[in-house]
Amino acid sequence: MMFAALTSNAGNAPGYLGSDVGHTIVKFLPSAATPMAHSWDTLFFWLIGISGVVAMTLTAVIAILMIRYRRGRKVNRDFHITRKRELWIEFSWSLPVFLAFLAFFYAGANIYVKAFTKPNDPIHIDVTGKQWMWKFEHPNGAREIDTLHVPIDRLVELDMTSTDVIHDVDIPAFRIKHDVLPGTHMFLWFKATRLGTYDLFCNQFCGLGHSKMRGEVIVMKDADYAQWLDDQQVPNSPAERGAALFRAHGCSGCHMGNAAIHAPDLAGIYGKPVPLSNGKMVIANEAYIRDSILFPSKEIVAGFNNDMPSFRGKLSEGEIQEIISYIKKLHRDYRNQP
Amino acid sequence: MSAAVTLPDEPPSYPEEHYLNNGYSLKSWLTTTDHKRIAWLFFFALTFMFLIGGTAAALIRIELITPAGDLVSDGTYSRLFSVHGIVMVWFFLIPSIPNTFGNFLLPMMIGARDMAFPRINLLSWYVYMIGALAIIASLFAGAPDAGWTFYTPLSTQYANDATIIAAVGVFIVGFSTIMTALNFVVTIHRLRAPGMTWFRLPLFVWSMYAVAVLMLLATPVLAITLLMVTVSSWLHIAIFNPAIGGDPLLFQHMFWFYSHPAVYIMLIPSMGVVSELITTFARKQVFGYEVMVFSMLMISIASFFVWGHHMFVAGESTFSALVFSLMTFVVSVPSAIKIFNWTTTLYKGTISFDTPMLYGVSFIGLFLVGGLTGVMLASTGLDMDLHGTYFVIAHFHYIMVGAAVTAYMGAIHYWWPKITGRMYPEMWGRFAAITMFIGFNATFGPQFLLGVAGMPRRYHTYPPQFQVLNEASSAGAVVLAIGYIMPFCYLIWSLRYGKIAPPNPWGATGLEWQTASPPPEHNFGGEIPVVSRKPYDYKHYDAEHGEWQGRP
Repeated sequence: MMFAALTSNAGNAPGYLGSDVGHTIVKFLPSAATPMAHSWDTLFFWLIGISGVVAMTLTAVIAILMIRYRRGRKVNRDFHITRKRELWIEFSWSLPVFLAFLAFFYAGANIYVKAFTKPNDPIHIDVTGKQWMWKFEHPNGAREIDTLHVPIDRLVELDMTSTDVIHDVDIPAFRIKHDVLPGTHMFLWFKATRLGTYDLFCNQFCGLGHSKMRGEVIVMKDADYAQWLDDQQVPNSPAERGAALFRAHGCSGCHMGNAAIHAPDLAGIYGKPVPLSNGKMVIANEAYIRDSILFPSKEIVAGFNNDMPSFRGKLSEGEIQEIISYIKKLHRDYRNQP
Repeated sequence: MSAAVTLPDEPPSYPEEHYLNNGYSLKSWLTTTDHKRIAWLFFFALTFMFLIGGTAAALIRIELITPAGDLVSDGTYSRLFSVHGIVMVWFFLIPSIPNTFGNFLLPMMIGARDMAFPRINLLSWYVYMIGALAIIASLFAGAPDAGWTFYTPLSTQYANDATIIAAVGVFIVGFSTIMTALNFVVTIHRLRAPGMTWFRLPLFVWSMYAVAVLMLLATPVLAITLLMVTVSSWLHIAIFNPAIGGDPLLFQHMFWFYSHPAVYIMLIPSMGVVSELITTFARKQVFGYEVMVFSMLMISIASFFVWGHHMFVAGESTFSALVFSLMTFVVSVPSAIKIFNWTTTLYKGTISFDTPMLYGVSFIGLFLVGGLTGVMLASTGLDMDLHGTYFVIAHFHYIMVGAAVTAYMGAIHYWWPKITGRMYPEMWGRFAAITMFIGFNATFGPQFLLGVAGMPRRYHTYPPQFQVLNEASSAGAVVLAIGYIMPFCYLIWSLRYGKIAPPNPWGATGLEWQTASPPPEHNFGGEIPVVSRKPYDYKHYDAEHGEWQGRP
């Protein structure tokens, strides 16, 4: 009975290769499904290999010494050492260790920096974690819960936030994870190069239902993904809903080019540096826009007055997301102008 | 191979007056200021807390035998691992070696009659007990369920009230830690016997010094952090709550600023113990004494600059992550040096395989595995995948259980004759030590594989591909539990039926062995000893007769 679960094959999407979900045997490393995962594996096996050699060598040395110098055995135990020689020995084994550690540091940092540098022109998918589910929203507004469809060989960037506690998007087959925090946006990117269905875990303890906050990532062929997107019931895209909110809450009264009250024009602002009245510069990213909606007096754009009211308590977290999507879209449209 | 070195003249006899028969009443124990009796008070309290934490661990391992949540509910499971962590970290591991063996041995090792502040020493125990009672009260109030790390906003906004009671308990026990640490620092500075210069201190004393400094500097930060959690939870103020302008990452920075040094608070004492074990049972001067001292001090200083390695994927900047990663590699070098030095100490030694030595060698092996996997996690790129998985769980259990608890068990066996005046049964001791080593590896070895396979920590239910390894781990835990239960039984047995121990059964050079077993109330009968030699001067020590040869 205990092993019954081992033979279940639930969740295995037929027709796709390399599925990790619902595997029936003991699995060590999940199959690498991105180029990043392949470089991760290389580094991992190098370090495991070196560590293994070091551990086995030291164990063997300890065993040999303990047998050779065991009490009662007749053996030469004369031991003299000068202080200078002792220090030299200490130095001679510390230095290689230190240099090896520097190499490990460098090799790891290489992968890490690449993983946490934003990619160029990815597909943006909004991710919202809440107790205890994952909500995904595709650029055309298609939404899904706990399952994420992505096209193969395309850069995908997850814009992630949480509505309650800290969660963490963890996709072992891609060898990446990042915490998802309330009140701010974090990102992850990947380029899946292998079709299949892969585990998605919440990796930050988020309350009682933590271990049920699991899902899967389905990597599809480009055409299949396009077909899948078309098949979805798309109510309104988040940007469209954001545009409606933008008008309904009176944002457009000030933030449009021909408005009566003087406020910064938001078209094309996303991702650009903004000069502040205190002389600093900030990048108009999601966190900045969110802060400007909730705490408008915190950072005033140079040349403008502190006129804007706070929308704290007036907009839900989801609505703020939608307004941000709208402002991002303004940016994309602006950039696409001839 | 006989364990004890029998002195040539008479068979050893129990001394007529010693610290244990100096009053049998409950009052004589609860109002004692004798550091040796206070060590016993802590030993009882810690053993009790270890049983609570261990029971929680056992239930966790039973629950994880199957992928479904069939033994306990998800709420109970969260409480089990929260209680396991809180109790084991703050009420067992951190006080384990310092408050028992540090208390018992530190004055004896430096040739003092007691601690510098005997009454503060007793107060430390009472404060510990108040903290422990708060934890036990929190169990009856529903038990904390936000993990031992108290991450915000989960702990402040979403967890039950018992979480805050537990946080208050941890806040209180911090003051016990601070008092003991203060006592250690002052005692080591002020009460060393004539001739006991800094570089004649046994490494165990140095480890107590290094750890006391860490405790004094780090524990207040934890107190402040938990106070802020409690206050923001009760009064709903913004500090860590993003919904009203707070920053949850601030909590993580403050928490790990304490909790990373805390790892070394748990580890450094065990390094001190193992240095004593290896030198005694190899009958050889430790290799590179000064380097051992400086590496211990280096570790305790550098451990303050690595906390960010717990947050590589939590939202700290890429640059911070790289700096913390580099610092983590730097702090690993002194640990590596210590392993090399212990190994080299064996060279041309006169090695016996008594129980404490088996624990000492187990420690080196387990610490080596824990250290090497720690190096892998220090690498930002690898941590990106391994963070928060069972790989991390296995890694820190190799350090905190494999290294620290193994050293604690080694210390119990090594100093048992001194503390009780009785020998433990040697064959049982060896059997338990080997059982513990096998059981430990069988429990936590599979968890490395689980982590590599991607299983996240704190999962009540899990996908079926992780089941076989979880079963292996739970089976190993049975062996490990037997390894812990055996000493519990035969040590109690030995209190009455064990062979009477001579003053120096191992032929060791430390001052604590130059007095009766068990020692008299003020440790050294009439006069305090005068020290004229380096520590571990086995070359000039005739262990069979307990005599020094040649001039110092």
